[in-house]
Amino acid sequence: MTGKSQVCSIWVGSETGILKGVSLAKKQAFNFCEMNSLSRDQEVCMLCWGDAQETEVLVGCANGAVKTFSTEKGIFTESRQCGDSAQGKFTGLAVTDSSLVTCVESGLLKIWKEGSTDTVEINAGSSVCRMKQNTSQRHHVATGGKETPLKVWDLERPDTPIFTAKNVRNDWLDLRVPEWIRDLAFIPDSEKIVTCTGHHQVRVYDPASPQRRPVMEAQFGEYPLTALSLPSTPGSVVVGNTQGQMAVLDLRKGLVRGCLKGLAGAVRGLQCHPTLPLVASCGLDRFLRIHSLEDRTLQHKVYLKSRLNCVLLSSRDLEACPPATDAEQEVKEEDGVGDEVWDTMETVTEKAKKRRLEEKANGAGKKTSTKKKKAVKK
Amino acid sequence: MDSEVQSESRITNKKQKKKMKNEKIRNKLNQEAVEKGAVKESENANAEPESSFPPPFSVSEIKNKQRRHFMFMKYKQEKRKEKLALKKKRKKERDALGDAAPPKPVPKTIENQRIYDETTVDPEDEEVAFDEGTDEFSAYFNKLTNPKVLITTSDRPRGRTVRFCEQLATVIPNAHVYYRRGLALKRVIPQCIARDFTFLMVVNEDRKMPNGLVLCHLPDGPTAHFKVSSVRLRKEMKRRGKDPTEHSPEVILNNFTTRLGHSIGRMFAALFPHDPQFVGRQVATFHNQRDFIFFRFHRYIFKNEKRVGIQELGPRFTLKLRSLQKGTFDSKFGEYEWVHKRHEMDSNRRKFHL
Repeated sequence: MTGKSQVCSIWVGSETGILKGVSLAKKQAFNFCEMNSLSRDQEVCMLCWGDAQETEVLVGCANGAVKTFSTEKGIFTESRQCGDSAQGKFTGLAVTDSSLVTCVESGLLKIWKEGSTDTVEINAGSSVCRMKQNTSQRHHVATGGKETPLKVWDLERPDTPIFTAKNVRNDWLDLRVPEWIRDLAFIPDSEKIVTCTGHHQVRVYDPASPQRRPVMEAQFGEYPLTALSLPSTPGSVVVGNTQGQMAVLDLRKGLVRGCLKGLAGAVRGLQCHPTLPLVASCGLDRFLRIHSLEDRTLQHKVYLKSRLNCVLLSSRDLEACPPATDAEQEVKEEDGVGDEVWDTMETVTEKAKKRRLEEKANGAGKKTSTKKKKAVKK
Repeated sequence: MDSEVQSESRITNKKQKKKMKNEKIRNKLNQEAVEKGAVKESENANAEPESSFPPPFSVSEIKNKQRRHFMFMKYKQEKRKEKLALKKKRKKERDALGDAAPPKPVPKTIENQRIYDETTVDPEDEEVAFDEGTDEFSAYFNKLTNPKVLITTSDRPRGRTVRFCEQLATVIPNAHVYYRRGLALKRVIPQCIARDFTFLMVVNEDRKMPNGLVLCHLPDGPTAHFKVSSVRLRKEMKRRGKDPTEHSPEVILNNFTTRLGHSIGRMFAALFPHDPQFVGRQVATFHNQRDFIFFRFHRYIFKNEKRVGIQELGPRFTLKLRSLQKGTFDSKFGEYEWVHKRHEMDSNRRKFHL
């Protein structure tokens, strides 16, 4: 089980409540759950990394539980109840320095401090479809939903939102334009936020400017846009809709740069690789697809048997990962043996011990700095 | 049949011999064909000195249309002769070998050359079994609900569509035909749910011909949209039996192998009551072939232990899946599980989705 989970570079949450790991290098997919205790109310709604080293995956289930999955051990290590199914499914999960941020469909945004049971509650609106965290400023989150405008919250001052968007002007019949944010993302290196709506618009908001209305609006197709993701190269966004159409849009003029083909059903989850020009998409057609953003061709296609809700990519190279992990694993094993040897030894002088330590540190080669420190302490 | 053809070809051969003396070009062509076929050695020997194979010209280069046509006909005849000879030879070999003859090669068809579909359902797969066991149709398959079907049409249906609906209602037990009255489907669906209908069936028509079918499972989907073609009503059928009885029929689902096919098959199965009444000896068939679903309705009788007779009761029609949508009918905001995209998906003729 441990080996399996370490080779996986893509994590996918399914509607049947199964967490799936996919290894592109080995062309394999694994299920991480007990097949006999499956149930629909464990449906995976959200996935996010629990820590910066990407050793923990947080899994938000439909029944209100947030489970912690360790990618090193390959098992669920922790489960905590963060709300119940009456409040709706999770629409967002985020981790700040010391706390977990959850958001549910009813609009209740909660901050769970580590170690304490009391929570900070924010009401973000009536029906929130998505909550996302700003990756550069981790205490900023944005919410948006059906008839709920885009709001940016500072989690350190949870009383009032920093930014509340204003609905666009009435249309040519002087009727109110309906709002329905389905997904959003912070544009890195700027304050801007890009959203996609159920009325097939893509909008860019700029909290830094005095204008609260969108600074750019584009349209794609004629079906609701369900997911969006920002690629590593700035200036574009990838959006997907309910008919399985996916396109790269230019954020400067709002034009379609190109379509990503091959999907058969609605897109539910979309994520671009943080460094490489790759985008992973999953949805109701039960396939995980990896497209290249350079030539927009389909690179990989994996059948995963259940309807898929969300996808999570690791930041390492998707295909060339397993050898690196293997090496790491070996190093760790050596480490473990060495420690035991050290524990059992008693009557050695200080000098000899130091020299040996140095030798060992040199021998292990690829050791991370933290491990070295540990060894030195001992 | 074979012998006739051969005798004909022999006659033409004789005629050729006569003409050969007159026509050089013809001679060349004839000789070329003979060389290919290697039918008669004597002819070959006669023609050999002048032969240059392949001939320095092609038939299409002949300027005279009459001549060109004539030459082409001749060329075709030679080819056929050759083919027949080969066939005869093979048959002889087969006969000579008797029982030891190798089995006849299976002809290539689009179906047996089908590209393997990775979504093909493995009956032992736990995950798929769980998925199917807890889907929207599980209530029916666990025998918790009884099907009740509402059949309606697009607005202002004309003759054929009305009759088609009526005949569908005789095929599907517990089906009610309602006049649409210009109602929106989104408003019909809650009323249907309140009245415990499990299916809503909408027949669309265009130019008085039924051409579309929306099949919506209630109360929470899914919704399938089919193209309907080749509708044959009872009146238009030959050798049709008497009108069907009210017994609930047996259902045959053929060739629904992929995951999508399974979902569609389950949908059709859920239209009919759980336990067929075998007294009625009626059977409804949904046969999937190359993604077209053929519907037939038969009555059968066991004539003796080996033979069974069938009699078609009608109607018959062909369905082709256009889309499968999650949830009840919502063409604007609904999420589609599968949409048929012609230019993307139909690039390969050997790829099938059901």
